[in-house]
Amino acid sequence: MDREAEVELARQLLTGRPEAFDVFVEHFRTKIFQYSWLMCGHREDGEEVAQETLLKVFESFDQLRDPERVRQWVFRIAKNACLMKRRKSVFAPAHELSLEQFLPARNETDGDMKMEIADWSRLPDDQVLESEMKKVLERGIGELPEIYRAVILLRDLEELSTQETAQILDVTEDTVKQRLHRARLALRQTLDEHLRADGHAVAPGATIRGG
Amino acid sequence: MASHVHSEKCKEVFALLSDYLNLELPPEACAEIESHLAGCAPCIEFAESLRKTVELCRHFRPDELREPIGAQAREQLMRAYQKMLAARASAS
Repeated sequence: MDREAEVELARQLLTGRPEAFDVFVEHFRTKIFQYSWLMCGHREDGEEVAQETLLKVFESFDQLRDPERVRQWVFRIAKNACLMKRRKSVFAPAHELSLEQFLPARNETDGDMKMEIADWSRLPDDQVLESEMKKVLERGIGELPEIYRAVILLRDLEELSTQETAQILDVTEDTVKQRLHRARLALRQTLDEHLRADGHAVAPGATIRGG
Repeated sequence: MASHVHSEKCKEVFALLSDYLNLELPPEACAEIESHLAGCAPCIEFAESLRKTVELCRHFRPDELREPIGAQAREQLMRAYQKMLAARASAS
C-alpha cells in the first residue's frame, strides 16, 4: 500500500467511515510489528507493541490533525511503545559508531592498490528475498546499536523522509543523516563479510594500477 | 604524496556517500563526487556496494505476523475507535 492509500484510509476513519477500519488495522499492524520486532529483538514484544500502538492510535485518532502525516504519526507512537519495552540485552547503552571503522582496508601490492571488498556485482538488488541474505540482513540490523537501528528502519525500510524521521525520533535532521550513513556502512560491512565468506572474491574493479 | 592526496579525497567521498545516494547534496558537491568516482575504481565499487545495501533494505520485509488479528484484539481497537468518534461528536 502506498502512502496516498494510507492517507485516504486515515481520512475515511477521521470522517467516521468505519469500512476503512480493517484495512487500516491489517496494514499498520504488519508495519508496526516489523519495526517493533526488529527494534525490540523479540517477536512477542513486536506483537504486543503492534496492538498497543494501534490502541493508542484509535484512542487519539482525533489528534491526527493532518492525515498526510499518518505514517509518521503512527511510527512516533510505535517508537514510544518500543521504549516502554526496553530490555537491557537489546537496548544496551548507546555507543557511537565512527566512520573510520568502516573504511575498507587498502593493500598496496606491486603498484596495485586493492580495496578489500567483496564482489557485489553478481548480487541482484532483490537478492535479500532469498532466505540466507535475509537472515544476514536481519542479524546485521539486530546488531546495530539502538540509535542507528531506529534510523535505518525508518529511513530505508519504511522509507520515511529525513525530516519525518527526525521528528519521530526527536533529533535533528543532521543527526538522522549521520546515523543513517553509519548504520548503512555497518550493514554493508556485515553483508560484505558474508559475501566474502561465501566465496565472492574481492571485486575485480577494486584494483587500480599504480594507486 | 600523490597517494596521500588521493586517499584524503576518497575519505571525503566516503563520508558523503549516503547523502549523495539520497540526493541530499547540493549540485556542486554531487558534481565533485561524480568527478572523483569517474577516476577511482575502488570508490565506485564501494559506492555500488553501499547502494545495493540500501536497495536490499528497501526490499527487506522481515517475518510476517503469524496470524491475522484475533477477534478480541480487533474488538478492543474498534471500541477505542468508536469511543473516540463519540467523544468527538459530543464535543462539537
